[in-house]
Amino acid sequence: MQDSFVDTILPQLATGSAHTSALGFVFDGLHEGDPRIRVPWRPDLVGDPDTGVLAGGLVTTLLDHIGGLAVWTAMAEFQPIATLDLRVDYMRAAHPRVDLLAQGKCYRLTPTIAFVRAWAFEEDPSDPVAAAQSAYVLNRARPAREKTAANREATA
Amino acid sequence: MSDLLERIPYARFLNLQTLVSGDEITVILPFADRLIGNPMLPALHGGSTAALLEMTAMAQVALAFPSPRLPRPINVTVAYLRTGRPVDVFARASISRAGRRVAHVQAEAWQEARSQPIASLTAHFLLDNP
Repeated sequence: MQDSFVDTILPQLATGSAHTSALGFVFDGLHEGDPRIRVPWRPDLVGDPDTGVLAGGLVTTLLDHIGGLAVWTAMAEFQPIATLDLRVDYMRAAHPRVDLLAQGKCYRLTPTIAFVRAWAFEEDPSDPVAAAQSAYVLNRARPAREKTAANREATA
Repeated sequence: MSDLLERIPYARFLNLQTLVSGDEITVILPFADRLIGNPMLPALHGGSTAALLEMTAMAQVALAFPSPRLPRPINVTVAYLRTGRPVDVFARASISRAGRRVAHVQAEAWQEARSQPIASLTAHFLLDNP
């Protein structure tokens, strides 16, 4: 993958919009080829004042966003995409006053649709707070036979 | 229960406004620049619409089933139907069925016309029954 894409464009896509900036998203690099975002804990992002746990809506936003980032990572380029749908399972309460991480994998990229799974966790990806499955529409259809990172991986 | 969302820091962050009429809640997400996810269109971040829907569903469950604890989501599915334009968003939720442990809730978000929703949500919440 081109260094400029990973070093410059991905971090910009991860954190550069007004909403992701307001939420304090931080790009946390690629982990085994999959992008990761960190959300530093903040009191105004809490969903339950009795526990200090980050809001479910924030987790959903994080998983939606890391999913898009996984699609761009798989394409190794930026192009407009739109979330078609997103399912989030909340497996357990997040730990209070702790940063949240999210990592996403685009496990299939077709000419028009990208399929993604993503997880939110504090430290250990195998102990997720929430898991997401989502689909994204590529607004510019891709050539069907083009070999992409995701499809090479899927057929390897 | 109309002040439920005022107690939630993230709902305040989104500046959610709650209207209660009878047994139905309408939640408004007033437009703000910091909700923009795509500056080129410009369009709202899908996550801000999803959070509105989730909070609306939670508020509706809390209104129907008063409890000291907030309703906890088990899972949510959001379908994005139209681009969220840079204007206010409205949302309402209805409880399709509530058993002893679990409530099934549907919600829709719209902007100019309720007949043209920008997103819909289906969710399960855990009820705090003994």
